[in-house]
Amino acid sequence: MEAKQYIGEGWKHAILIIGAIVVMLPFYMMVSMSLKSQQEIQSISGGLIGAQETQTFPVCVKTGYSEETCTMKPYQYNYWFAFEKAPIPRYLMNGVIVTLSIFIIQVLVALPCAYALAKLRFYGREFVFSMVLFCLLIPVHGIALPLYVMLAQAGLVDTYSALILPWTISVFGIFLMRQFFMTVPDELIDAARMDGMGEYAIVWKVMLPTAIPALLAFAIFSVVAHWNDYFWPRMVITGNRDLFTPPLGIREFRGGIDSDEFGPMMASIVTVTVPLIVAFIIAQKRFIEGITLTGMK
Amino acid sequence: MGTISLKNISKSFGSTQVLNNLNVDINDGEFLTLVGPSGCGKSTLLRIIAGLEQQTSGDVLIDNKNVNRVRASERDLAMVFQSYALYPHLTVRRNLETPLRLRDYNAFERLPLIGNFSPSKKEKTESINQLVNKTSETLKISELLDRKPGQLSGGQRQRVALGRAMVREPVAFLMDEPLSNLDAALRVHMRSELSELHNSLKTTFVYVTHDQAEALTMSSRMAVMIDGNLLQLDTPQEVYDNPSSLSVAQFVGSPKINIFKGTSDSSGTVSFLNVNLKRKSSESNTDLHIGIRPEHLEITNESNENTFNGTVAYRENLGSDIFFHVNIEDGSNKIIVRGLPQFTHQISNGSSVNIKRVSDKALLFNQAGMRVQFTNA
Repeated sequence: MEAKQYIGEGWKHAILIIGAIVVMLPFYMMVSMSLKSQQEIQSISGGLIGAQETQTFPVCVKTGYSEETCTMKPYQYNYWFAFEKAPIPRYLMNGVIVTLSIFIIQVLVALPCAYALAKLRFYGREFVFSMVLFCLLIPVHGIALPLYVMLAQAGLVDTYSALILPWTISVFGIFLMRQFFMTVPDELIDAARMDGMGEYAIVWKVMLPTAIPALLAFAIFSVVAHWNDYFWPRMVITGNRDLFTPPLGIREFRGGIDSDEFGPMMASIVTVTVPLIVAFIIAQKRFIEGITLTGMK
Repeated sequence: MGTISLKNISKSFGSTQVLNNLNVDINDGEFLTLVGPSGCGKSTLLRIIAGLEQQTSGDVLIDNKNVNRVRASERDLAMVFQSYALYPHLTVRRNLETPLRLRDYNAFERLPLIGNFSPSKKEKTESINQLVNKTSETLKISELLDRKPGQLSGGQRQRVALGRAMVREPVAFLMDEPLSNLDAALRVHMRSELSELHNSLKTTFVYVTHDQAEALTMSSRMAVMIDGNLLQLDTPQEVYDNPSSLSVAQFVGSPKINIFKGTSDSSGTVSFLNVNLKRKSSESNTDLHIGIRPEHLEITNESNENTFNGTVAYRENLGSDIFFHVNIEDGSNKIIVRGLPQFTHQISNGSSVNIKRVSDKALLFNQAGMRVQFTNA
């Protein structure tokens, strides 16, 4: 009986391990390629980190650096050259500015909306909510062109506003928070009203703290989506490299005369991905701890 | 001062009428209980007093001022909720401080960090601290001040909820079934504590409950509501002894009052089963309901024209009393009789018993359920 159980568990784990490998493999390739030399990448040799032989890199020399400067180990070269060739810190900062601005404004809009839709009684509430649901069905790409035209008319192309404004109202955020607020007991809100809070104070001082777990879930969706977004920045940032977000920055390593520089390219991708993974791990811990509503009953 | 007057209050949700033209005057310092079965509108009425719900028509007056258009936060009332509704993310101390901070600090002083630069804030903070400390000592929750509500037991949360209502020293307390989440022993204990609290605060309490025992034990007056109507508003003793209608009589008292079907003849003599009442009914020649409480019936060895016979179906031993559920001979009725253990302990299920009534205790109701008085006798 016990042996059978172990076999059953073993199968489950075997399947999960295969799944994990499939998901992890691209990350493994990315990290591995960011450490190896061009020859090793192209000949698919060298295992995880390659031989790490000190060598002189021709593309580097072609770019105009002295041979002495261009002689180093592959992992050093890849990361050094990635930062040398593109202003990656600038791209990362742009990424932070854009994703945080989007997230903060999304919360400022979504929380009061969700509160009104979940807890206030007013004429037309169901209609408004069905509109929210309806908007969930509209694909971003479908309205990209009209949005672009509007931003262009307003003279906002090639600005931070163009990156931020279209995403400030998140119907998904409104929907998610509304569903969570439905579970908050009405009595808590009534108690806050009796204590003398206004409706906005209730949103920020009572609803927001109880909604931290849901808000974190939303933060993960929102930040990941906009940090990784390539489509929209590619549309509205046409020339100004100072406004490039990380995914646009990675594109710098593709094409051109010195094409196929996979090492530095992967190094830049690692740099761009790591902040997100770290943020996710931190959030995940809080996410699981959560703030429960055990104080209620 | 804390008088509350409700004048012609009606409330409907859509086409459903929840409250029907209610008039209640609550005196200063009174402990008034709104009692009734679930769905009778008592909580809605409390919420209308609080300002959390808007009445469809009628006026609410607090200290003789019309507050129809005054928001809940400005009515200076405090409310204790069934689920306690403590802020789960704040410590007990902050929970108690919240209503005071909102009342005493101005908008600038409530701002984080820069609010501290306001010169008057320090003084206000001190007075808030004093009030919180005083209240927590009264309620014996001083050692809980740094905990979060999630770390407290039900009884402790109850106290904190009371404390949050008390710190502000409001004109009246509104309580919406505050004891119903506690276990039976604690509930009985809290009843006496609430009564003591009321005596020491001398503030108006409006207390909603579906438990008639809470209403009988704590209130100075109780208002019995059924189906959105106020049926009777009087002292607990008066409501118990002199219910105005059959519904009130059946709702108040545990176990329930026994109802017998009877008739009155042309002279007003009331008879049911084989028994005639001595007193005469003011309504003659009609069918009546005769209500007799379990403690006004007793099991006896006599058998005469004043007794009737039945079979014990179930024996409910509470230690101090034994309640016998008795099937009456003609099969029409199942009644409950109280017996004292020392006289009735040998009676078991299935035994046949004679039942005698205590005279002058019967209550008469007509077919519409309204009370019928006896003639002067």
